[in-house]
Amino acid sequence: MNSIRALIVDDSSVMRKIVERSLRQAGIEISQVFEAGNGAEGLAVLAENRVDLILCDINMPVMDGLAFVKALAGVANAKGTPVVMITTEGSEAHVVQALSVGARGYIRKPFTPDQVKEHVIPLLAVNA
Amino acid sequence: MKTTSELLADNHSHQDWVPMIEVAVREVFELMLHCKLAVADPAVEEALDITSMVGLAGQLCGVMSLRCTAKAATLMASKMLGVEPDKVGAEMCDAFGEVCNMIAGNFKNKIVGLGEGCMLSVPTVITGNDYSLHSLSDAPTLEVRLQFEGAPIVISLQVHS
Repeated sequence: MNSIRALIVDDSSVMRKIVERSLRQAGIEISQVFEAGNGAEGLAVLAENRVDLILCDINMPVMDGLAFVKALAGVANAKGTPVVMITTEGSEAHVVQALSVGARGYIRKPFTPDQVKEHVIPLLAVNA
Repeated sequence: MKTTSELLADNHSHQDWVPMIEVAVREVFELMLHCKLAVADPAVEEALDITSMVGLAGQLCGVMSLRCTAKAATLMASKMLGVEPDKVGAEMCDAFGEVCNMIAGNFKNKIVGLGEGCMLSVPTVITGNDYSLHSLSDAPTLEVRLQFEGAPIVISLQVHS
């Protein structure tokens, strides 16, 4: 697997660091990590940068994760990029909603690096 | 068949939720902080000077809170970030709020049918212990007391409806 560029969208800077560390612990080589504190900031990052993977929280101020994923449909730099939700919202309805707007994976907080590996690696392999 | 709201209304005391709160707390600490919590030691009395709160709204309304010493909160942040406690700095409140957020989310996901009908607020963190919390509801407060690395932690769920 080649080195990837990842966008991590979460309103907690601590959680963004934990997600990045989990990706590295999963053996994923990362060349660049972009961070955003909400969906609107995530869209601003994607206006100027193409990434290989997006990890996104749901509950965030300004623009939540579901609105962000919906908005990705109109973003050229996000075309074909897999999106994995990482969130405390763990109900089946939330999972269905996230997948229906375009997410390709769903990880519930609290999570382990193994769960990140299990959900992310297959998506990167498909896109490789 | 009763709806989730009717079941919640029937069970006014919610005492059966206490074990679920404890499991939710233990899971968060084991998975995200890589440590096991011990049973609370009643002999250990410390001023709990930091509080994180997450509001719940929808089919279940209330406030989940986590209280401990600032030293314990710093240690939580250091474990989450993988750095020494003296390197934590300003991210302590963010980490401490996130722990409470994950406890609240993990707990509500354990109540069948509640997950989609209950929203969480972003966390609020209060430092200091010279305050009183007054609820406008007569509903009970569920409380779990545990020990994190020798320091007491108190997790409360104040149920409003």
